[in-house]
Amino acid sequence: MSAIGLNRQTVDRLPMHRRRKVVNVIALALSLAAMAFGLFWLLWILLETVHLGLGGIALSTFVNSTPAPNADGGGLANAIVGSAVMVLLATGIGTPIGILAGIYLAEYGRTTLLGNVTRFINDILLSAPSIVIGLFVYAIIVARAKTFSGFAGVVALALIVVPVVVRTTENMLQLIPNSLREAAFALGAPKWIVIRSVTLRAAVAGVVTGVLLALARIAGETAPLLFTALSNQFFSLDLSSPMANLPVTIFKFAMSPFSNWQQLAWAGVFITTLGVLALNILARVLFRKKD
Amino acid sequence: MTATMTTSTIPSDAMPSPQQVPRRQSGHIGDLVFAGVARLAAVVTLVLLFAIIVSLVVGAWPSIRHFGLAFVWTPDWDPVQQKFGGLVMIYGTLMTSLIALLIAVPVSFGIALFLTELSPRWLKRPLGTAIELLAAVPSIVYGMWGLLIFAPILAEFVQQPLQAVFGTTPILGQLFSGAPVGIGILSAGIILAIMIIPFIAAVMRDVFEVTPAMLKESAYGVGATTWEVVWKVVLPYTKTGVIGGVMLGLGRALGETMAVTFVIGNFNQLNSLSLFEAANSITSALANEFAEANPGLHEASLIYLGLLLFFITFVVLAFSKLLLLRLQRNEGKRT
Repeated sequence: MSAIGLNRQTVDRLPMHRRRKVVNVIALALSLAAMAFGLFWLLWILLETVHLGLGGIALSTFVNSTPAPNADGGGLANAIVGSAVMVLLATGIGTPIGILAGIYLAEYGRTTLLGNVTRFINDILLSAPSIVIGLFVYAIIVARAKTFSGFAGVVALALIVVPVVVRTTENMLQLIPNSLREAAFALGAPKWIVIRSVTLRAAVAGVVTGVLLALARIAGETAPLLFTALSNQFFSLDLSSPMANLPVTIFKFAMSPFSNWQQLAWAGVFITTLGVLALNILARVLFRKKD
Repeated sequence: MTATMTTSTIPSDAMPSPQQVPRRQSGHIGDLVFAGVARLAAVVTLVLLFAIIVSLVVGAWPSIRHFGLAFVWTPDWDPVQQKFGGLVMIYGTLMTSLIALLIAVPVSFGIALFLTELSPRWLKRPLGTAIELLAAVPSIVYGMWGLLIFAPILAEFVQQPLQAVFGTTPILGQLFSGAPVGIGILSAGIILAIMIIPFIAAVMRDVFEVTPAMLKESAYGVGATTWEVVWKVVLPYTKTGVIGGVMLGLGRALGETMAVTFVIGNFNQLNSLSLFEAANSITSALANEFAEANPGLHEASLIYLGLLLFFITFVVLAFSKLLLLRLQRNEGKRT
């Protein structure tokens, strides 16, 4: 016993060994600090958002439309409704394309050239600057129609939904074991029935997760709406004219010198953040249950 | 083709039921239609990229023809005299992204190290989720928080002390000059760093977890410390993946719009190299000017900037993707 104790002491005294231990402790402490650093910003941003956002929340926020410059009161009703309409329509358009392309990648084109190239391009589109999507939609729709429109905003958001849904759908389908497919094929089912009633059904929780994440992503997107949907001071459901939406309203109001506009911007940020985080947490819970 | 032939002939010989043949036929047609639609959706995704490039080139053409490649290193941006060059914005985009990477890479590495080697098992999941939620916060929230909360604090507690200490030093003093409002390249870079930390950290954590346990255990077995295992075994093993993750973060930083637009100050001149002077980036120039730009050279020049941005991010992201793919492929070989 004492021999081991003595041994450990002598080893500890070796300068080389002590230096390695010190380096290790410093590195691990820094790693802990990095973790704290990351969480610190999340907490700070969330606390400020809640603190300043709650102050702007009142019934009028959800009932009244955005106020004119120098006018008192007002709310965000038109922006909230406009955002909801555009986000839902965009998800409705983008999801089927995304799911089908995801099915192609996982079930038909795992090793084909088209599959590989599409997979690669899709992953690039996933992280491509969203403002460039806005430029693209401006060029093909707004410039032709000679007017900003809610419809152009919907298209821009749908283009952001597609890659997100493609990626998750493909990943989820690839998790389905091949034995499941083989069992269905052995019963004589054609491939599309196998995909529809077996593979896709088994992966449905994952696919829904992807759609929710896409929804969360576009709910806060501002850049692609700046030159497509623009903004609208009034309540409007007309997709062929500029349409109010939360992110652009927040941008406009936050940069303004009016204090009631800034207050509303904080309220908008609060609503958006709450919605986005809720969607993210819902997506996680949904997927974990199936896990 | 031969496969479908045999499936439709052999069973009809074995079981001569009249209902069987038409049902198989409908299954066959359904297969063709479904496969066709799925392939079409994949092609649409693919075509989207080329459509974006073509539309940007077409939109930017007047400016490309007028200014040529010199656009990239010309610093003038004067809508009144119709003289345009993108140097100021390109500098702003590259500089803010560089600052963001300098901060985000070591921090992300620390977070990934913590999550894979240090964290108790029960904490891994909640902490990982918290970091991923940081990635989900919309960029406009970062922007508004940055402008109204963070910038004043940066000005008071960082910029002013720095100016007080280095204000008269020749080179350093210039770096910290500018109105004490905390707006400019540095604050944009810091906010970008906060935004891309979760992306880089998540990739690093995932690739660190790919390292075979046996490799780590052998290193621990010969007496290596945790730090030595991570630095000398895990990191070399996963280096392509780590670089891929960093590139992914860089791609995000280059293309980020709202967070930068709020805090960079939107000033189209490059008067000094100060980190606190209002500047501009490609994305914030687009966000601020495009909707009000006059059709013609101004609009075309802005689209030209967008095209350059798309080109840079495309190269960075493609590089990142290739590195991550290579790690995956090696992984497949080894197991």
